[in-house]
Amino acid sequence: SLFINPQQKCTVKTIVIASNIQSFCCLFELTEKHLVLLRDGRTLIGFLRSIDQFANLVLQQTVERIHVGKRYGDIPRGIFIVRGENVVLLGEIDLEKESDTSLQQVCIEDILEEQRLQQQSRQEAEKTKHLALKERGLVMPRSDIMDEYGVQHQY
Amino acid sequence: MCISVLQLFYSFFKSLVGKDVVVELKNDLSICGTLHSVDQYLNIKLTDISVTDPEKYPHMLSVKNCFIRGSVVRYVQLPADEVDTQLLQDAARKEALQQKQ
Repeated sequence: SLFINPQQKCTVKTIVIASNIQSFCCLFELTEKHLVLLRDGRTLIGFLRSIDQFANLVLQQTVERIHVGKRYGDIPRGIFIVRGENVVLLGEIDLEKESDTSLQQVCIEDILEEQRLQQQSRQEAEKTKHLALKERGLVMPRSDIMDEYGVQHQY
Repeated sequence: MCISVLQLFYSFFKSLVGKDVVVELKNDLSICGTLHSVDQYLNIKLTDISVTDPEKYPHMLSVKNCFIRGSVVRYVQLPADEVDTQLLQDAARKEALQQKQ
């Protein structure tokens, strides 16, 4: 993996990583923020400092972003090291597009409360559905836990 | 044992670089984009992406290019006229026979 020292002024604009057999398909700009989707459903946003062919990541000034409807809240997390197997997707955030979105930022307490309410209503709906299906003889796996591939579906 | 089959699909995807594809992930997210590159792990890099399903996934709004880990891909939807299915079938059959030996 290629590690960039954050103390140095980052004049490197792009990194191309080649493994010893074939080249790894990652060509990235380092000047912009990146968005990471994790298998447990979390969204992290930060400056990408390192990546390898397994998608192990080092993120700096990371923020965990929680989305509820059209609103979101950010929790500052500092430096994150993510093991590649937990990564679903890594995206480059286009700063222009980010300022265009209709999303509204709220404070952490508010978004956590909204998330709690959302999860509560989801669980209740899930329970009713589960019960209705059970009465008809069908047992569905609970969707609030991860499926056999270890990927969280409800965000 | 699976290495040569992976090689086959790696070469197959390499031939599709530049085409528009839809990648469906195991978390049910579907992403439409241009295939920029692929590697031996079948990790996929897409450019100019858009989330095909209604924006249940608002966090993707500000992302234009993305890297998708191969292990989380469920399907890759390809344009029908870009793929020679006969050729692919024959190649896959050949690989399977080679592996049996």
